[in-house]
Parts: sequence; C-alpha cells; structure tokens
Amino acid sequence: MSAVPEKGAPAPHQNPSPVLEVRNLRVEFPSRRGTLVAVDGISFAIAPGEVLGVVGESGAGKSLTGTAIIGLLEPPGRIAGGEILFEGERIDLLREERMRRIRGRRIGAIFQDPLTSLNPLYTVGAQLVETIRTHLPVGIADARARAIALLREVGIPAPEARIDHYPHQFSGGMRQRVVIALALCAEPRLVIADEPTTALDVSIQAQIIQLLKKLARERGTAIMLITHDMGVIAETADRVAVLYAGRIAEIGPVREIVGNARHPYTVGLMGAIPKIGAGAGKRRARLVQIEGSMPRLNAMPAGCAFHPRCAKCFARCTRERPEARPIGPNLAACWLYE
Amino acid sequence: MLAFVLRRIAQAVLVMLAVGLIAFSLFRFVGDPVLFMLGQDATPEDRARITRLLGLDQPFYVQYAQFVGRALQGNFGLSLRQAQPVSKLIAERLPATLELSLVAALLALVGGVSMGVYTALRRNSWLAQMMLAVSLVGVSLPTFLIGILLILVFAVLLGWLPSFGRGDTVALGWWSTGLLTASGLKSLILPAITLGLFQMTLIQRLVRSEMLEVLRTDYIKFARARGLTDRAVHFGHALRNTLVPVITITGLQLGAIIAFAIITETVFQWPGMGLLFIQAVGFADVPVMAAYLCLIALFFVVINLMVDLLYYAVDPRLRIDRSIAAG
Repeated sequence: MSAVPEKGAPAPHQNPSPVLEVRNLRVEFPSRRGTLVAVDGISFAIAPGEVLGVVGESGAGKSLTGTAIIGLLEPPGRIAGGEILFEGERIDLLREERMRRIRGRRIGAIFQDPLTSLNPLYTVGAQLVETIRTHLPVGIADARARAIALLREVGIPAPEARIDHYPHQFSGGMRQRVVIALALCAEPRLVIADEPTTALDVSIQAQIIQLLKKLARERGTAIMLITHDMGVIAETADRVAVLYAGRIAEIGPVREIVGNARHPYTVGLMGAIPKIGAGAGKRRARLVQIEGSMPRLNAMPAGCAFHPRCAKCFARCTRERPEARPIGPNLAACWLYE
Repeated sequence: MLAFVLRRIAQAVLVMLAVGLIAFSLFRFVGDPVLFMLGQDATPEDRARITRLLGLDQPFYVQYAQFVGRALQGNFGLSLRQAQPVSKLIAERLPATLELSLVAALLALVGGVSMGVYTALRRNSWLAQMMLAVSLVGVSLPTFLIGILLILVFAVLLGWLPSFGRGDTVALGWWSTGLLTASGLKSLILPAITLGLFQMTLIQRLVRSEMLEVLRTDYIKFARARGLTDRAVHFGHALRNTLVPVITITGLQLGAIIAFAIITETVFQWPGMGLLFIQAVGFADVPVMAAYLCLIALFFVVINLMVDLLYYAVDPRLRIDRSIAAG
C-alpha cells in the first residue's frame, strides 16, 4: 500500500530499505544443446507492505523468478548471475540449510493450486503445527493455539473444529486460505504468491485477493504477486513488472502500467483485457490481441525479443537489445522512446 | 467402515468356497479314490462298502457340503501316501514355511523400501546406480537359478552356510522354530534371500518410481517452501504418500512368497509345505494337495483383507464421512 512513488531515477528503486531486491538475476538451464536462459537480467525491488505484481505470458520467467528467490530451482536450473538481497543480505549464495531456515520463516510462498499444495495424508492442523514448530521454539500446545489463530485470521470459520480436518474436507477457496495460513506461520516479511487465484472460482478469487491485500496492509508484509491475470493485478498491486521472454519489458506504478503503458507489449497486454461497460456503449472496442507467440528459449530473436510481434518495430529493434530505461514514471525496455 | 469390512469378509468367504470347489473337484479328476485304496482286484461288495463309507454314493453337492464342513474343522482326511491325517502333516510343515516366508518378506520389505528410497533421493550417486543394476538382475533371474547360484557360492565354494535343510529346531508347543538356534538361523539365510530377492527388487523399483513421482508433486514443493527439513519432507511427507501402492504390492507379494516357497523349498530341501506339496503331486496324494490349495487361498484372502484395512490407516481420504467441505 505504501506505493513508493516512482521517479525517473534508475533502478533499483529508491526506497531506503526494500525487503527484497533483485539485481540482474539470470537463471539458466544447461542442456545438451546449449544453455537456455530462462530469466535474463531481471531487476526489481519490493518495499515493506508493497504488493508487486509480476505479469507475463506462460514461459515469460515469472514463476522461475519466484522459485529462484526462495532457492528452490529444480536442477539443472540454476542462478547463473545477479544478486538477490533479502533485507539487505545476499541470499542467492546461501547454503541449503541456511536458506531452508529463511524459507517459511522469513519468506513465505503460496502456489497456484491449493488442491494439490497440501499433503492429503495429514490434517491441516498437523501441517500447520509442523511448520510452526520447524521455525519457532514453541511446544505443541502453543503451536496449535497459534495455528487456530492463523486459521481464524485467514477467514476460516470455526477454526477450532476445522483444524483437525483433512485437506480433502475443505473447498478450493478454503484450502487456499489454509495455504496462506501455512505461508504466514512464522510471520514472514515477504510472501511470494505464484498464481494464487488461478485455480479458483472468480467469486473466491476476490476474497483471496482481499485477504492478501489485508495482509500487506496490516502486517506490512511485502508481496510478490505472480499472475497472468491483469484484472487481479489492477485490483491488488501497487507496482507492476511486465515480463517478456525472461526480461522485464516494463515496470512501474499500477496506474501507469494499466492506464498509460509505454512498452508496446504492455499496451497490447492491457488491450487484451475485456472491459465490461467501458465507454457505456459509445464504442465497442474490439479486444486487441497480440499476434504470434512468445519466442522459445532456444530460438530467441536478435535485438528486442518482442520485435517479431511488435507493430512499431523498426530497424534498430532487430539489431540491438534495449535495456530498461526510465520513461515517465516507468522503466521500459524499448527503443521507441530513445 | 463396518459395512466395508463386512462386504470384504463376504467376498473372502465366496472366494474360499470357490477355491474349495476346485480343491474338491480335484478328487474327481484325479481318478477313483476307491480304486486307489483297494486296487484292481477288490470285490464289488468291498467297493460298494468303501464307497458308502467314504460318502461317495451321495450326490455331488452333498459331498461338497460335507467337504466344506470337514475343511472348516481342519479335517482334510487322510494322506493317501502317508496314511496320516492331512491336518497333522500340514501342521508339522506350516512353521517351516511361515518362518521362511516371513523372514523373506521382511527382508524384501526392509531392503526394498530402504533401497527404493535411497535410489530415489540420491538418483545420480554410483551406489544408487549399482542398486538399480543389481535389481535388474534380481528381477530377471528365476528363483531356482538364484538359489542354485547361492548354494554354489556360499555352501560349496566358501562353505559358510549349509546348502539344505532347516538345521536344529526348538519346539514351542506345536510350533517348531528354527529361529532360536544358530544352525537354524544359518540354514535360513540362503533360502530367505533366494525367496525374497525378487520381491525385494520389485519393491525397490516400485518405491523408487512412486517416490520420484511424489517428489514432483506440488505438496512436496510447498513443504520445501515452508522450510521443512529434508528429513521431514522425504520421510514424513513423501514416503508416506508412496505407501498405498507399496502396501498393495507387498501384500500380494507376501501371498506369492508363501505360494512360491515351493520352488525355494525344493531347491533347499526345506521341510515346509511346499516340499510336502511337491511330494504329494508326485504321488497324486489328493487330500494333501486339496488342503494345501485351500490353505494358500486362505492366506491370500486374509492378507488381502488386511491390506484393505491398512489403506484406511494410511489414507484418510478413504475414510468417507459426512462432514465434507463446509464452505
């Protein structure tokens, strides 16, 4: 909510102490036929209490960025460059055991599918107590009391009874609340929410989004909200990072991104959102679609990765790759504004 | 839950009746028992007397009912060859087979699960690769060959372990055990390995593939994201989720171990039921064969029933209740 005002200053951002700062992150997958670069020089920062939306098509590197931050890249994927600073401390070089103590304790994570995020063989209480006792020096009784309080906080009715239920006894929305409670067990400073609403009904989505916003507001938790749903972003995020083919196309305050995008890709992305009743029937704008599809990692075009699909492409775009530079309150990687 | 158990028990009873029918019809297919007992030269009066005495003049279904009734009391008649009650012969041999089978099964389960977990968690280590290679041998070599090879190496060439028999046994009531004497234990090693090796490699491969499957699931990823220790993730969360298929296969394999003990018992001249059965087949000793058949079927049915009940203990999703998903 604190919505750090973006000025024209270069990245990284000007908040005195961001919770998370990612500098030039590069994630690679070595393979027999050469190295695939899935995340290529991404930089951003998240302030306490701020919700950073991360959007992009499937395969743009959104989830990988989140996974890299919590140190759970599946081999052979690896961080090949850049830095990840969490509360001022570099965490990308930490050994597994120290990283494990940060995961769940100081950085919480929420994944896409609440139906499969919980172990079906244990009660939600057992999973909560296990997580709490992994990170905090409390006894079983205290952990259980805390678990009940958490369930209540995330809006589960009758938590005293529900705590002893198994995941399959909860509906999808309730399960996602349990997942959020699990992510909050040890009061993390940062929550990485990877598509937290994608698997849910629209009416439930709104509730979960409200819950996340409340979290950021009341606890000052920073939230990295990964999604491909621009509606969710528009409603929740303070700032938005638009990813394309492993790079940041544009990053800026949510109002600027949604209403006044600079990068042609962002413009296209915003045009693809259906607006009900927009203009009250004056003109029924057709949904804009971006022709073509995102390049595959092993067939990245020269120059700007977006140029084959870009309507405003010119000669330079095919030769040189644009770096993100301040354009108005945003940072955008595009030669148009040179 | 109770309805489920009752239904399963009813099914088990049906299976046993069917097996009983097959065992019973053995008597008819193998030939005329009266002829067997009296020989070619008996008088018609003697034949009629014996036929009546054995109840063979009764209609088929009455005979079957009598067979079932006697079988329920453990009475399978007299062995044709040894002229002793079949139940007594079986009771003498049962401990040997059960001890061998249970030790083999334990070996298969403990070895199979631990090697399966290891090969899944340390996929690329040389030890895991070696275990996989060895397990391929275990899966593909026939039991008798493994037995003979083991005898060759450990009994003949090295002379460490006896090649046949059960060693000294100690009687505990009617149960004679070889587990309490040194020679009994030494005699048990080779047959138990022979009998358990195939199942061990099977369980190892099953646990490995299930474990790899489970390790890819979202709840394992989420468990890691919650910062749980590797130990908790691997053994508390992953292993338990692999157990349902493992229990199924292990249960079936335990039955198979008891049944296939025949081969191992023959190779090692192990004085168990399997050897008794092979000898009975040689002499067309139908009562022994029928009793063996029924007993093995009983083992299978009981084990399957226990497996079904174990599912309930392991997987809460099967415990259907009425308070599903409020909200």
